[in-house]
This record gives sequence, structure tokens and C-alpha cells, in this order.
Amino acid sequence: MREAIAEYITDGLSVAIEGFTAFICFAAGHEIIRQGWCNLTLIRMTPDLVYDQMIAAGVARKLVFSYLGNPGVGSLHCVRRAVEKGIPAPLEIEEYSHYGMVARYSAGAMKLPFFPLRSYSGSGLPGANSRIKTVQSPYEDGETIAVVPPINPDVAIIHAQRADMLGNTQLWGLLGIQKEAAFAAKRVIVVAEQIVDESVIQADPNRTLIPGLIVDAVVHEPYGAHPSYVQGYYDRDNRFYLDWDQISRDQAGVEAWLEEWVMGVPDRAHYVAKLETETLERIKPGMATAAPVNYGDYR
Amino acid sequence: MSDFTPSEMMIVSAARALAGIRTVFVGVGLPNIACNLARRTVAPDLELIYESGVYGARPARLPLSIGDPTLVTGAISVMPMADLFGLYLQGGLVEVALLGGAQIDRFGNLNTTVIGDYAAPKVRLPGSGGACEIALNARRIFIIMRLMKRAFVDKLDFYTSPGHLDGGTSRESLNVPGSGPQLVVTDKALFDFDNPEREMQITSLHVGVTLEQVCEEVGWEVRISESVRETAPPSEAELNLVRVELDPQGMYR
Repeated sequence: MREAIAEYITDGLSVAIEGFTAFICFAAGHEIIRQGWCNLTLIRMTPDLVYDQMIAAGVARKLVFSYLGNPGVGSLHCVRRAVEKGIPAPLEIEEYSHYGMVARYSAGAMKLPFFPLRSYSGSGLPGANSRIKTVQSPYEDGETIAVVPPINPDVAIIHAQRADMLGNTQLWGLLGIQKEAAFAAKRVIVVAEQIVDESVIQADPNRTLIPGLIVDAVVHEPYGAHPSYVQGYYDRDNRFYLDWDQISRDQAGVEAWLEEWVMGVPDRAHYVAKLETETLERIKPGMATAAPVNYGDYR
Repeated sequence: MSDFTPSEMMIVSAARALAGIRTVFVGVGLPNIACNLARRTVAPDLELIYESGVYGARPARLPLSIGDPTLVTGAISVMPMADLFGLYLQGGLVEVALLGGAQIDRFGNLNTTVIGDYAAPKVRLPGSGGACEIALNARRIFIIMRLMKRAFVDKLDFYTSPGHLDGGTSRESLNVPGSGPQLVVTDKALFDFDNPEREMQITSLHVGVTLEQVCEEVGWEVRISESVRETAPPSEAELNLVRVELDPQGMYR
């Protein structure tokens, strides 16, 4: 992880650590904080705790998003402090709706100049963000429809269950916007719970979300998404999401937490070792396997 | 009839309103319990759709967020969000969506963006999420919110998700697929918009609630339907399902 972040992140880049509630690569976010990169434009549909922490740590200049919340808990206090009070630094925001962000990544991935969607009519969002516009259909009905511009992050970081050494990546559970974000990005870092042999990937090609073709770096990082979750591997550490609501109430509390859990550990392996055994036991799910499928042997 | 809480009355009211519905777009917490109650009572064919990309969720525990892994395991389909919004929502497959907000006005427009000025907000709220496109594309919208004067306001600080806009035919002029808000479920009363002005009106008071108590919590002179009923209290069966099966820890009592 240290090498991947050092190689592909630099001051001022736009970075998308995606994953909707699940597969959020906190390990990458923490490594970016440790390496002290700054003036980043952070892109994420739901900034979640990972960007709350990164913004409190002062790595970001701007945030592009569609929903600012601690999912199921409440506010993102650090983002709110930055937006409402400029603490620790003012934060520029560019705001869309969920489908608007989905459409932006899709346009970015498909190299389209814009993407049309049925949204924003009658909403105040286009008034708050002049990049949300409308076009008129050139066809018979001449309908006016909302459009959003493409987004092409400099770097996308995608966490998944498994990948091979070439970056061919398989993911199951909430697929979110990871595929579109990866195809839209100029560089892609894949972070996997397990590195598997190519034959494992090729035995189940329908499950491959991201081909190694577009991947620049592969990182093996077990529990790299904690305190979010990885379907079938570990559950969300909801206790931490609740604790964060308290920890993040003031900047001093956050700084103390960052000092202990980010700056105070050299890497994710040490972070995991620092988690209590009870935590890892608590977030371990039971088994629920699918029936095997037969792709057929054709030769 | 045993005692029940205002939250239980909200859950049961929302569930009853889903009678016969096939697809519902749902959030976590109270709406989630309402949908699961509806599935077991008045809407056995109801399928739960979550913006996280899940169709036909069968949550084995109370989901902690709309991205909870229990929504994935056992679901009918889990898909990229591009498919969820593009094929299911925009494709017209969502019959009813449940929404809420920090502020609502008399025409059912919702604010989940800011309190105060957008550029210098007093309180920065979460924002739209999928609510803006859900409000426009779901065939019907049911709103679930606690009745409070600071939430039921004369003028929104920000228009995140369009309801009936300025009332009357103003929403129709947008030429959007969905017909907008039909029902508001609160802890004190139910409201609909069944008048030419498309303005929120009290249709039903929950047991023990007076008209004055409701009017006091609405930030404008609220319309009252010609025939205000008393909401039928939760039945033993409904309460049992909520307390024993759907929310055994009483998180949403």
C-alpha cells in the first residue's frame, strides 16, 4: 500500500475511493494521510467516515459528492466543520444527487461529453451547482432533459474480495459504482482481501468486475476496508461508526484519534493487530454460500 | 387493545398504505420496518428496493444502513447502482417510494440539503442522495416524518426533492413520470394532497390527538379535510409482528 500510494498519489490530484457503504478502502485513506499529501479533490458519492477522517487531517481542498452522512448514524461532523466553519481549512464542495454522480462516472468511463438523466427538474440543485445543465433532445419530442458532465478521477481506489496478480478483480455484494469509477479513472489501484491465482478468476468470469487491463497497482490488504465491510469476509464495525459520532464532535478529539490509529501505526497490518480480538470476532459473518454454476467445458 | 407508541402508529400507518403494492423504494429505520410489516400483512407480494443496488431484499436482521450486508444475502437481485437508477427507477418500475426530510412545505417539497443559506449554511444536511430523482421518477411518493414546527415550514431553506412545487398543476408542467406526494405519515396525524391546489391536508388524527395539537406543529395555516377520521389504532397482530419479529430490540419504539 505504501508503494502504491507513493507512486500514484501526489499533491493536487483528484482521488475517488469508492464503495457504497461496503468495500470502503480506509487502509488507502489512512496511508494518504500518513504520507501527508494535500490539496486533493476527493470524489465519492457518500464521503462516509473515510473522507471525514481525511478532511479532518487536512488532505483535501475540494469534495465532490451526493450524500454527506454517517450511514444509519447521523452527521459527518468533520465535513460539516469544514463546510460550516472552515475547520481545519475551508472546503470547496460540488454537489450532485446519487444518479447524477452515477451518470458522471458513466460519462467519464464511456468518454461522453455529458450524460442525460431524469432528475433535477424543480430542484434547487442546478441553482447550487452550475455544472448541472439541461439539453433539448434533437428528436421529434424535443424533450428538455438534465445533463451532467463526465468525471475522470486521476486515481480510483477500489477494494474487493479478490484479485489476481494482474489486477483482474472479482467483487460480489453491493457493486455500487466501482466498475464505472475504475473505467473512468486515469489510474486504478485495486486493494484485495485475497490475492488468488488467475485460474480462480477464469473459473468464474461473470464475477470479474474490473479487468487487469485498466489496473495499475494491486495491493493485498486483509481488513483493508474496516470499519466498513466486505461481503462474506467481515461485517461493518457498527460500534466504531457509533463511536465516531462522538470522537468526531470536535477537531481535538479527531486529531487524537488520527494520532493513535493512523499516524501511530506504520501500516494496516499494525492497525489490524491493534484491533481487539473481540472486534474481529464480532464482525465475522456466518456462512451463506451460493450453488455452484456450470459454465460448461467446450473443446 | 394494548398501548402503543407514536412510532408504532407511524409504522403501522405506512404499512397499511402499502396495501397491494408490488415495489417500494425504501430507506432504513422506521420505513424499513413499515415495509416488512406490509409484506407480512397487506402486501404479501411487496418487493423492497434500496438505492444501494438491491431489488427484493429479505433482511434477516434490522438493517443498520441502506448498505447493510443483510440486504444482500438472500435478495432477489443485487446490481450496480447504474442499473438500479437507470433500469428500475428511471425505467418506471418503482410504484411507491418512501421519503423524509429535515423540512417539508405545504406542497410536499422536501429539503435535505441545508438549513440557512446554501453558500454559508447554518447546518449542512446530508444532501439529496437519490431523493431528488426518486421524487421525480417513482410513481407515487409517501412521506414519513415526525410532526414538528421546525420541520413543517412555510418556506423551505432549500428545494432538494420536488413535491407538488407551487401546487395546482405546477408539477404537471415539469413533465416528469411520477405523480408526486400522495400521503404524509406523522406521529400525530395523516395528511393527503387530494385537492385541486395539491396542498397538504389533515385527513386522519391518531388516537388521543386533537386537531389543535396538529395545527400547532405546522408552520402554516394547514388545511383540514372535510371528513377527518380517527386513525384505526394498531391491531394486536400488527403490534406483535413489529415487537416480536421486526424490531425485537425496540430500536424504533
